Amino acid sequence: MEKVLFLLSAFLLVWGLRLQSDPASASKGNKLASVGMLLAIFSAIIMPLENSSSNLIWVIVPLFLSSVIGYFIAQKIKMTSMPQMVSIFNGLGGLSAVLLSFTEIYKWIALPDSYDITVVIVLISSLFIGSVAFTGSLLAFAKLDGYRWSEKLTLPFQHIVNIIFLSLIVGSSYLFVANPDISYLYLIIILSFIYGIFFVAPIGGADMPVVISLLNSFTGITAALTGIIFGNIVMLLGGILVGAAGTILTILMCNAMNRSLLNVIIGGFSSSGSSKENKEQGDINEISDSDFAVQLFYSNKVIIIPGYGLAVAQAQKLCKEIQETLEANDVEVKYAIHPVAGRMPGHMNVLLAEADVDYAKLIELEQANEEFKSTDLAVIIGANDVVNPDAIDDSSSPLFGMPILKVWESTSTVVLKRSMSAGYAGVQNPLFFKKNNKMYFGDAKESLQRLSSELKNL
Amino acid sequence: MNEILNFLIENEILIYLLLFTILLGFEVISKVPSVLHTPLMSGANAISGIVILGAIILIRTTEPDNYITLILASVALFVGSINVFGGFFVTNRMLEMFNKKKKS
Repeated sequence: MEKVLFLLSAFLLVWGLRLQSDPASASKGNKLASVGMLLAIFSAIIMPLENSSSNLIWVIVPLFLSSVIGYFIAQKIKMTSMPQMVSIFNGLGGLSAVLLSFTEIYKWIALPDSYDITVVIVLISSLFIGSVAFTGSLLAFAKLDGYRWSEKLTLPFQHIVNIIFLSLIVGSSYLFVANPDISYLYLIIILSFIYGIFFVAPIGGADMPVVISLLNSFTGITAALTGIIFGNIVMLLGGILVGAAGTILTILMCNAMNRSLLNVIIGGFSSSGSSKENKEQGDINEISDSDFAVQLFYSNKVIIIPGYGLAVAQAQKLCKEIQETLEANDVEVKYAIHPVAGRMPGHMNVLLAEADVDYAKLIELEQANEEFKSTDLAVIIGANDVVNPDAIDDSSSPLFGMPILKVWESTSTVVLKRSMSAGYAGVQNPLFFKKNNKMYFGDAKESLQRLSSELKNL
Repeated sequence: MNEILNFLIENEILIYLLLFTILLGFEVISKVPSVLHTPLMSGANAISGIVILGAIILIRTTEPDNYITLILASVALFVGSINVFGGFFVTNRMLEMFNKKKKS
């Protein structure tokens, strides 16, 4: 009976994930996967086991509490904080794997007759990867949430320190396997926890989504490893599926930024951008509230390029309001979404969906680049690196080669920005100095507020 | 070394399964548009919480008076299932927002 249920749940997990890779069926896919998960949990509760004791209360209470807590967190969380939440959840998954492998090893120390070196090695690997996923995810959370201290944890020669730590972990694991003394086990856990922090520390805050995706695949791998120990095929399958999916997703995200995974892990745009500071920059032109409103009003086609700045200022709803005002006056409005706009790929789509922006108005990079030629006005809100022409023109730029939105091909452009400061990549953007570009300074929310009331007066 | 080799031979089917699942995982995700990366990440993250099955099995096979194991395993179950339930609920919330748009 439970075998049939496990089989069914494995099928549902795979099929659910499959459906989630298409926008039309994604919601159904998630529901199928969650049914699969519930079935798997149910089967694990009812399956007959050797020497089973009825500890059901120890299972039901945590399950009940966590489902209530999980539900509330999921309902309350702001969509802008989604990356933080995924990293916290992933950290909890890692912690779960750590506790589980620890308990299993602990049990084994008490019963050395059941000694099996392979099982111990698998458990230690699971312990190590789970620990890295746990502390790494917590640090990723701190970085995403903008805690200052989280950016200052990098040691000098961090990469060498990391290699030393890895060797220490391998060394203490070897000692533990040779002589199963629990103090070695504690040592492995502590070293792995620290390694998790060191692993994430040198990576820039804006690369956190890639890191979370990678750590997510780590958690998947630990689930698979523990699945081998418990002889549970669904765990193995689900874990590996997530491990593989997480890895591919990580690579896709890196590709969207035109960077290799190694480059992200080593620390990315370290200082390569500073050499171009003194480049000829020219003058910038500011645009007034009323000019901007008039220009929008008399355009035939406007494309909005939303970026992280829009999300931080929580200005999506205002953006939608302006879109509606313009559409009421026969202006065609579209949104061009760069693959890495927002805090993680696809994040901007979620944020705009939350503000009720019509899905059909969102266009992706390639289509947008075709449409700019026929666009009167491109409005860049809180985005910077994704519209930097240096990515095409300047081979010495750290952005060079990244696919970007060619906004300057439209008749004119307006950039909404808080100041002239550089984007995440630390480079100035020559777009700001182009003749057909105007700057509109201020916090995205306040700017759009002014613009919206100005538009309504026209 | 022999022990590892034996382990591989004893678990032959498992190893095959492992390999095919890796391929399956790559294949399932490789065509996903960037629009869906965020929900997919959180959905996949929820699935990685499947590790709690191990916690359930462990609790059920522990003697009722072995409190250390019981407590550790229940904490593992508790934090792991926050990952599972929270992950599925929030993914659902995100995807429903996409859906709502298409109907109107």
